[in-house]
Amino acid sequence: MSQSMKDITKKLLELVSDFKGNFQGAYNIREDGQCAGRVSSENIIIESKKDKPGLDITIRPGTKGETVYIPACVTKGGIDDLVYNDFFVGEGADVLIVAGCGVHTEDDSEARHNGIHRFFIGENAKVRYEEKHIGTGKGEGNRVIDPVTDIILEKNAYLEMNTTQISGVDKTTRKTTAKAAEGAKLVIRERLFTEGDQRAETFFQVDLNGEGSGADIVSRSVAKDQSYQNYVSTIVGNAPCTGHSECDAILDDDAIVDASPRLYARNKEASLIHEAAIGKIAGEQILKFRTLGLTEEEAEQKIIDGFLA
Amino acid sequence: MLELQNICWTAPDGKEVLKNINLKIKEDKLIAITGPNGSGKTTLARVLMGIEKPTSGRILMNGEDITDLNVTERARKGISFAFQQPVRFKGITVKQMIETAAGKQMNKESLCSILQKVGLCANDYLHRDIDATLSGGEIKRIEIASVLARHTPLTIFDEPEAGIDLWSFQNLIEAFDEMRNDLDGTLVIISHQERILRIADEIIMIADGTVADRGPGPEMVAKMLASEHANSRCCSRKEVF
Repeated sequence: MSQSMKDITKKLLELVSDFKGNFQGAYNIREDGQCAGRVSSENIIIESKKDKPGLDITIRPGTKGETVYIPACVTKGGIDDLVYNDFFVGEGADVLIVAGCGVHTEDDSEARHNGIHRFFIGENAKVRYEEKHIGTGKGEGNRVIDPVTDIILEKNAYLEMNTTQISGVDKTTRKTTAKAAEGAKLVIRERLFTEGDQRAETFFQVDLNGEGSGADIVSRSVAKDQSYQNYVSTIVGNAPCTGHSECDAILDDDAIVDASPRLYARNKEASLIHEAAIGKIAGEQILKFRTLGLTEEEAEQKIIDGFLA
Repeated sequence: MLELQNICWTAPDGKEVLKNINLKIKEDKLIAITGPNGSGKTTLARVLMGIEKPTSGRILMNGEDITDLNVTERARKGISFAFQQPVRFKGITVKQMIETAAGKQMNKESLCSILQKVGLCANDYLHRDIDATLSGGEIKRIEIASVLARHTPLTIFDEPEAGIDLWSFQNLIEAFDEMRNDLDGTLVIISHQERILRIADEIIMIADGTVADRGPGPEMVAKMLASEHANSRCCSRKEVF
């Protein structure tokens, strides 16, 4: 690990990838568009791309219980970091991938990270993918994170994606696409928080192409102040499959939330469900916590923290 | 421990719901408040918790005037309240709710002990969200567990029997019976249920916003049963249970 890694990077890594001075397992740390440390393991090989910025991460077939960390940090304004990371997960592997991102600016210029991640998940492989995003710093410049995630799930493959935007990101456009083959399963849990004038847009497009494939997408968000959120999820059932999309949002102040869960059944055996609920915190919920001795503000925070946990 | 002096409460539509209620509630007793639907029982319970502010009158707790204290302040003074229709939460687990109620982190043994009192197994429930996946009976029992976790001098239950199945009700009676035998503080239970009234030290009958009658539990139950029997003979069953 690079000794010259900036303190801001270390703090961001702690926030987005549970960094405690080191990583156990394979890792690559990206700092302001450069590599600040890389270690491969016997079963997880990390290599730079030859034709564009980014990495090829190859996980050998049958790899079990290993973790690979691919965090990226932007530590100052004026940086627009674009990276292409491809994950090739071998048949029967069972791994955890952690890929948080933090952007920081102390001046008037924008700090942006645009990570384009592609996952090629082999037959019977199982992946849990953790992605946390955060913006920090007192600068007036926007903190922008625009992640793109493209997922190919082979026969009976499984991906659980937990994607969280904690705070401080002024603008984000989050695009995720997935194609699931026979028996493949995709689980997505999104947690979003916006405040002030922040904007967050989320787009999920999932094609369930194989018999017995399935997707379960649940997005929970909290929008405060004048912030804006737009949620669009599309599940296309091209085969006998099951799909579920749920969007729950808590609104506060003058925030705006648009939600459009869309289902396209292209096979009579496709079973697709969507749910969407947007509203302020119920008065009865606050009252319940007040009867336990919390103030109104404490009750509201407790409800929001639980909702986004 | 609790004294209500000339408590009145008028609804926003002008209806007088509570009319000059005067009550003294003693320590370490199980008090049942009963009466017909619409008589003002739930409003009285909400006034005690501070959810509704009386239009006039005073509430004293151990001699201290708490009339102007809000819900949070009364909770911190040692009053607990179990809602008739408990609210559901996405993202709040049973464990989090009970620990919030207790005001501290708890080990599994302690959590288990509280859930056992309401007939729930901790292993099955601790990490479940208090959301729509739970039945009405389960939600009700978790609501009661959250109140028991507080160990406050005054605990108010607003129609704990409402909205639960027979099996859950049986467990609930057993839970109250157990509390009755190991009373540490005052319990006020708003209820229509004869089986709950039968374990009360004292029963207060509310009718049309006033205290219509009060007395020791067994005596009041006998009186109400006699009244019901008399009314049933002339085909006009009075709703007290």
